[in-house]
Amino acid sequence: MADKLLEIDNLSVDFQLPTGSVSAVKGVSFDIRPGETLALVGESGSGKSVSSTAAMRLLPELATTSGAIRFKGEDLLQATPRRMRRIRGNAISMIFQEPMTSLNPLHRIGAQIAEVLARHKGTKGRAARGKVIELLEQVGIPEPARRIDSYPYELSGGQRQRVMIAMALACEPELLIADEPTTALDVTVQAQILALLKDLQARYGMAILFITHDLSVVRHFADRVCVMRRGELLESGETAEVFANPCHDYTRMLIDADPHGHKEPVADDVPVLLEARDVRVRFPIKKRLFRDSEYFEAVRGIDLTLRRGQTVGVVGESGSGKSTLGRALLRLLDSQGDIRFDETDLARLDTGGMRPLRAKMQVVFQDPYGSLSPRMTVGEVISEGLRVHHPEFNRHQREAQVIEALKEVALDPAMRNRYPHEFSGGQRQRIAIARALVLKPQFLLLDEPTSALDRSVQVTVIDLLRDLQRRHDLTYLFISHDLSVVRALADTVLVMKEGRVVERGPTEAIFADPQEAYTRELMRAAFIDAAA
Amino acid sequence: MTTDTTPYSGPRMPAGGTPPGGPNPPAEPDPEAGAVAGESLTRDAWRRLKQNRAAMVSLILLIVIATVCVLGPLVLPWGLAEVDWNAFTAPPSLEGGHFLGTDANGRDLLTRTLYGGRVSLSVALVASFVSLVIGVLYGAISGYVGGRLDNLMMRFVDIMYSLPFMFLVILLMVVFGRNIFLIYAAIGAVEWLDMARIVRGQTLSLKRREFVEAAHALGVKDSKIVTRHLIPNAIGPVIVYVTLTVPKVILLESFLSFLGLGVQEPLTSWGVLISEGTDTMQGAPWMLLVPSIFLAVTLFCLNFLGDGLRDALDPKTR
Amino acid sequence: MLSYTLKRLLQAIPTLLIVITISFFLMRIAPGGPFDGERQLPPEIEANLEAAYHLDEPLPMQYLRYMGNLLQGDFGPSFKYKDFSVSELILQGFPVSLEIGGLAILLALLLGLPLGVIAAIRRNSAIDYAVMGTALAGIAIPNFVIAPILALVFGVLLAWLPAGGWNGGAWPNLVLPVIALSIQQIAYIARMMRASMIEVLGSHYIRTARAKGLSESQVILRHAIRPALLPVTSYLGPAIAGIITGSVVIEQIFGIPGIGRYFVQGALNRDYTLVMGTVVFYGALIVLMNLLVDLAYSALDPQIRYD
Repeated sequence: MADKLLEIDNLSVDFQLPTGSVSAVKGVSFDIRPGETLALVGESGSGKSVSSTAAMRLLPELATTSGAIRFKGEDLLQATPRRMRRIRGNAISMIFQEPMTSLNPLHRIGAQIAEVLARHKGTKGRAARGKVIELLEQVGIPEPARRIDSYPYELSGGQRQRVMIAMALACEPELLIADEPTTALDVTVQAQILALLKDLQARYGMAILFITHDLSVVRHFADRVCVMRRGELLESGETAEVFANPCHDYTRMLIDADPHGHKEPVADDVPVLLEARDVRVRFPIKKRLFRDSEYFEAVRGIDLTLRRGQTVGVVGESGSGKSTLGRALLRLLDSQGDIRFDETDLARLDTGGMRPLRAKMQVVFQDPYGSLSPRMTVGEVISEGLRVHHPEFNRHQREAQVIEALKEVALDPAMRNRYPHEFSGGQRQRIAIARALVLKPQFLLLDEPTSALDRSVQVTVIDLLRDLQRRHDLTYLFISHDLSVVRALADTVLVMKEGRVVERGPTEAIFADPQEAYTRELMRAAFIDAAA
Repeated sequence: MTTDTTPYSGPRMPAGGTPPGGPNPPAEPDPEAGAVAGESLTRDAWRRLKQNRAAMVSLILLIVIATVCVLGPLVLPWGLAEVDWNAFTAPPSLEGGHFLGTDANGRDLLTRTLYGGRVSLSVALVASFVSLVIGVLYGAISGYVGGRLDNLMMRFVDIMYSLPFMFLVILLMVVFGRNIFLIYAAIGAVEWLDMARIVRGQTLSLKRREFVEAAHALGVKDSKIVTRHLIPNAIGPVIVYVTLTVPKVILLESFLSFLGLGVQEPLTSWGVLISEGTDTMQGAPWMLLVPSIFLAVTLFCLNFLGDGLRDALDPKTR
Repeated sequence: MLSYTLKRLLQAIPTLLIVITISFFLMRIAPGGPFDGERQLPPEIEANLEAAYHLDEPLPMQYLRYMGNLLQGDFGPSFKYKDFSVSELILQGFPVSLEIGGLAILLALLLGLPLGVIAAIRRNSAIDYAVMGTALAGIAIPNFVIAPILALVFGVLLAWLPAGGWNGGAWPNLVLPVIALSIQQIAYIARMMRASMIEVLGSHYIRTARAKGLSESQVILRHAIRPALLPVTSYLGPAIAGIITGSVVIEQIFGIPGIGRYFVQGALNRDYTLVMGTVVFYGALIVLMNLLVDLAYSALDPQIRYD
């Protein structure tokens, strides 16, 4: 009996596109032993998901594969489709990154799990139902006997991922391929899912191939690590060994990718730039034509003070109201309560009165793809604010400012006539920062500006933001769900939950000694290293 | 100084985006190249459209048909209502000078079909334009203003949807008499509903996009946001929908003409000719086939072109 | 469900009112009247006739009177078909239109849905191109071209089937009109089904179904078809209402005594009551079909619940 459960041998995957052939995986070899956890780590475009999807033979038809993928000695790339179907969901099963859309919305979750049992074990009817309830219980779905008849839309993202796991475990596979199973989930949920996988692995004795972009997640989760970049395997080895002695620069960079540094708090006598009292935002949830609508209160009375040069970090999970708060402060949303910026009461200003202030308070959004108009050149994007606030500038003056702003964010000014879709995520985020900077603002709202970026790119953007703050004496409100980024950038932290501030204080103090249970839970989830 | 292109990361896929091999990985601009011109989405779409052979053939055919309809009657020896006393119901022949035959009144069918094409195509263009203007304005206002006004405006569209359309057009034709300008207006007035819905949907989703929020944060005026951000970005689906409206309108016009509610003598249109051809198809099938083929080829090409445009412009295939 | 249905029916009342009102006044501002046609009637007889039908009253009065009658289910007498009331005309014609239209829709679904599914599964294959090319032809060639050609070829030249006439609804008389009526629908449904199948087949939950080890036919039958049916369902509502109320073209070409022709004839003859009757009937049918579509939708998609 071979001691290798799955052996990937010199695997290459090419995609035949109309524009030519793109090589996604280039001669990669690695193996997984029974019962062990192997982490396949790499940033987007590294070919990690393609390799694992190839093992299930689930790649789209335009992909061509070469090499061998041996499962217990049998080459899966040579197996008949019929044979493959006996293996999928049975000996090898898979969970995916997108829990919200990976379940069929029209079928009850119980039926979707039972389908696997019927397919591979022939278990049907009462016996299947009993088994499904048992599985749901094992993956931690409350009230499994009732939940079995739920539809996916009735479950949260974390619960749906649990259902996916139950489905994957139904036939007690020997290998579970987990393709970024926690990336789309909030940190606290992420930690729970990882713990669940670990627990189930111990119970079923299966091997796990864990695919992730986040090396820190796997430090205490995986037995061995493979690092991929641009379709190639850079390095592999025991987890502890790789973390202790990375032999490749790229691996070292990934290990080191947690943003570093911290920010000194500003003195108490520094003048206040922005002050908010009892800010409330509500959204109509049921619109009615003539009667009053029903409302959902997203932000429920928040006080906030920002001194010049300060960076306040707002931390919270999805739905905590942190982004809504940011938009309300910039008057991009209607809100109740007082907001004063530089001694001016914003509530008293109409759209026109607000306009001059807009040059002083700017924003950078999360989505580097959505925040630039796809039909404007980079130069047009950056100069748009100048047209509003400096109508006296002629074309050459505007151009000069655009060039300066691009230099400021370390982009080549020669690219100003290109369109956003020609840039990478990190570059787009720099363009968005340049758009804000060109107006010489005092205050910058940073709404998850690094969340959509690869770790290695994140670090550079954070360095840039820190550098800009120093040079231009900027004041930041930094909104993020990512505690490690907030720790590196903010001097004061606000923890939000369900529209309220749970805890606030100097960054050092909060991270060293969180007072509230919720903050502690966040910390534990975010820094698994520390907890383990 | 920090850049994205650290020694560690070379050409990258979009962060968190498509897996490698997804359609068209965006090319990383080479910072070394001094090139400054970028490729706009419009040029990008045009390039994609040019690769679609069916759509390009359709486009060329449409241009040919339109040119022939406009210029043909100037070249042909016969007039629209000119009667050839030697050739009543003559089959197509090269010798007689009636290449596609004559009708029961001895009028040259090719000439009449080309004149009919002028009417049908002009109805298509003008009525589609009318529906475009109404639909875009209505949809953009409804979507952009939002709230209660949006609610009311969309309720009205819903009501319009349950109006029997065809009945309305027929009533309009009966009420105001059969003239070509009325056909333009009547068809345009009923075809704008889908357009309004599409534009509203686009506006609503664009309004929530972060680049529009960013423009608000820059202090850009509402009118400028509409013209610089919303309309240029909504234009793709609108163009696609217009190319799909044009064949619908042609069909509607010929249907009205077929019922005897379209243009009046001496004017003619493809629908009128088809209707005349139906009556005589046993003895003179060419009278049905000639205008039918012109109509069908035009509709065929418009549909192909519309499909091609949709594939070229739809961000989902991008 | 029941209360939802009732609510929807109540909501339809203002819609129908608007439809009726627009049609009523539009019809009346048209020049000419119902008795213009035939011979020139002596003025006093025409006046008598108008008085008998209350056409001499001011328009608002007539409107109120019409609405009052409508409330009692009375569509009034037809001006043109003097021996019939509008209700009688509709009740005679509708079963015929319903039969032809119902069969056409059935045929369109039976052919269009599978064709669309096959084209989507074999995307960009010869089958796909063949199906989609034919479908495009079906859309591009209007039924007033197809119908006479069918009648000519199968009815006259080959003489396999009657070229026209109703003959009490004997099946050979049904074949050609049903085919002529369904071709365009087959094409539309096939195209729509293909597009939505392709979208569904690219979704994450189909990937999940494949990862479970299901066979391709199980993936398609159990997981893909139902969600792909949703857009087609919403198209069907208005389409069915339009088709079962008869097609002027088909009825004219094949000589079928349905109700499709009443509207055009009625409008041309200024047969006010007949036009209004058809409009009300059609409007009510659209409302009903849209309701049925929404109920079918909730049966297909558990996320949509009406209560």
